[in-house]
Amino acid sequence: MEQVISPSLSPPAWVGLAYLIAGVLFILALRGLSSPATSRAGNRYGMIGMTIAMVTTLVTHGIASLPEIAGAIAIGGGVGFITARKIKMTDMPQLVAAFHSLVGLAAVLVGLAAYLNPVAFGITGADGLIEPQSRIEMGLGIAIGAITFSGSVIAFLKLAGKMSGSPILLPGRHVLNLGTLVAIIGLVGYFTQDESQWVIATITVLSFIIGFLLIIPIGGADMPVVVSMLNSYSGWAAAAMGFTLHNTAMIITGALVGSSGAILSYIMCKAMNRGFLSVIAGGFGADAGPASGGPAKEQRPWKRGSAEDAAYIMKEAETVIIIPGYGMAVSQAQHVLREMGDQLKKAGVNVKYAIHPVAGRMPGHMNVLLAEANVPYDEVFELEDINGEFAQADVAFIIGANDVVNPAAKTDKSSSIYGMPVFDVEKAKTIFFVKRSMGGVGYAGVDNDVFYMDQTMMLLADAKKMVEDIIKALAH
Amino acid sequence: MDFISILSVFVMACFVGYYVVWSVTPALHTPLMAVTNAISSVIVVGALVAAAAEGSAVSKWLGLGAVVLASVNIFGGFAVTERMLAMYKKKEKK
Repeated sequence: MEQVISPSLSPPAWVGLAYLIAGVLFILALRGLSSPATSRAGNRYGMIGMTIAMVTTLVTHGIASLPEIAGAIAIGGGVGFITARKIKMTDMPQLVAAFHSLVGLAAVLVGLAAYLNPVAFGITGADGLIEPQSRIEMGLGIAIGAITFSGSVIAFLKLAGKMSGSPILLPGRHVLNLGTLVAIIGLVGYFTQDESQWVIATITVLSFIIGFLLIIPIGGADMPVVVSMLNSYSGWAAAAMGFTLHNTAMIITGALVGSSGAILSYIMCKAMNRGFLSVIAGGFGADAGPASGGPAKEQRPWKRGSAEDAAYIMKEAETVIIIPGYGMAVSQAQHVLREMGDQLKKAGVNVKYAIHPVAGRMPGHMNVLLAEANVPYDEVFELEDINGEFAQADVAFIIGANDVVNPAAKTDKSSSIYGMPVFDVEKAKTIFFVKRSMGGVGYAGVDNDVFYMDQTMMLLADAKKMVEDIIKALAH
Repeated sequence: MDFISILSVFVMACFVGYYVVWSVTPALHTPLMAVTNAISSVIVVGALVAAAAEGSAVSKWLGLGAVVLASVNIFGGFAVTERMLAMYKKKEKK
C-alpha cells in the first residue's frame, strides 16, 4: 500500500483557500447574530463552513478508514441532533456546558493522537522527532482542552442540579490552583526538551485536575461567567490545535470563539459589578444568610397582594413592565406569562419586558425563554434601554428576579451587590413582586428594600401558579 | 505556512472576533454561545486527520473518538441554534 506522506506539509493551493473560505463563513455566522432577522442565514453560513472544512480534510488525506469515520460521524451526529431536538429551553445552560466539555475532550484526544502519530500531522522535523514549536502548541492545546472538559463537566453538574450549586471551598485552594497551573506551564516548557510519554501524560492529568478545582468553588448564579469563560477556553483549545495543523479554518474559529467567550464573560462581570478574578476566585454566594450581605434587618411590615389585586391594577394601567428572572425559568412560567401579557394588551395596556444581562444562568437565557413563549423580540428590552421608563410606568411586575431590582446596589455601600447596575423599579407607581415566600433572599443573600415599600405588593406563590391565577382574574 | 503567517491570521482573527461579537445583540447571546460551540468543533479537522491516517492504531482510535465527540457538537450545536433562532419573532403589525 502506498505510504501516506504527511499531506499538510505541501497541500495544493485550493486546500488553503477552502479552509480560508470556511473561516470566513464562520465569521459571517457570528455576524448574522447582530439581529434576529439575519441570524438564521448566519447559522446556515456556519453549517456550510463546517461542511467545507470537513469535506476538504477528507478528500485531501489518504483515508485508510472511511467506513469507521462515516460511522463515527453518524453516531455523534445522531446523538447531537436528537439531543438538540429534545432539550427543553430552560435546560439550555447545562446543554451548552455539556457541549463545551465535548469540545474540550475532543481537543485532548486530537492532541494525544497527534503526539502518537506526528507524521500524519506533518509536525516531525528532519530527525523524526516532533518539532519543538509543535510540542508547545500540542501541550497547550491538550492542557486547555482538558481544563475545558473537566471544568465544563462540573459546570454541567451544577447547572443541571446534579451537584449542589453552592461553592465548595477547599483549604489553601489558591495556592493549590496556582501551583498546579505553574506545574502545567513548566511541563509544557520541559516538553520541548523531552518528548517522553510521562510528560504529556502528566500535563493531561494535571489539566483535568485544575479544571475541576477551578470550577468547584464557584457558586450557581456566577455560572453565566463560568459558562462564557469555558466557551472562550474551547475556542483557544481549537486555535492551539489549528497552530499544530497549520489550519486557517481552525485558527480563525478559535480566535472568534475565544474572543466571543471572553467578551461575554466581561459583559457578565460588568453587569454584576464584579471583577473577573473575584468571580474566578469563587466563594460568592456561599451562604444565603444575611451574614454575607449587609447586617440583618429587623422585621419590617410588608403588604401581601392577591392575584385579583394584581389583575385589577394591571388592567387599569397604561404601562406594565415585566422583569423576569431565574425563578421564572425554574417554574416554567414563560408561557403563562406571555398569555398574561396578551390579556393585558387586549385590555389596552402597553406591556414591555425588561431583561437584566445576568438574569438566568447564561447570557441571554431569559430572551430565549420569552422567545420560546412567542413574546415578540421587539417587546423585550435591555437594562439601559428601559431603565428610564420606570418613572412613567404604572406597574413593575417582578417575577423570579430579586438582586437585579435591589436598590441597595445603588445606595448601600456596605452591600455585597453595591455598584451592580439594577432596574429602577422603585420609581414605578405600583410594584408586584412574585416570590415563593418572604423567607428566601436573593442569591447574593441581601435583603431587598423593595419588599417593604409602600407601593409594593408581595404575590407569594409559585410563579406559574400565581400568573395562572392572575389570568383567571383578568378574564372576569 | 510559516509560523509568522499563521500568527498573523490568528491575531487578525482575534480583532475580527472582537468587533463582530460586540455587534451581536444581547438578546441573541444564548444562540451565540450555541453557535460558537458548534463552530469550535472545527477541531473535527484534526480528528479526521488522525482517524484517516495509518501508522498508529491508538492514534486512529483516539481520532475516531474525537470525531464522535465533535460530531455531537456540530450537529447538536447547529440544530439547537436553528431551533432557538426560529423562535425569535417580530411583533405582528396590525
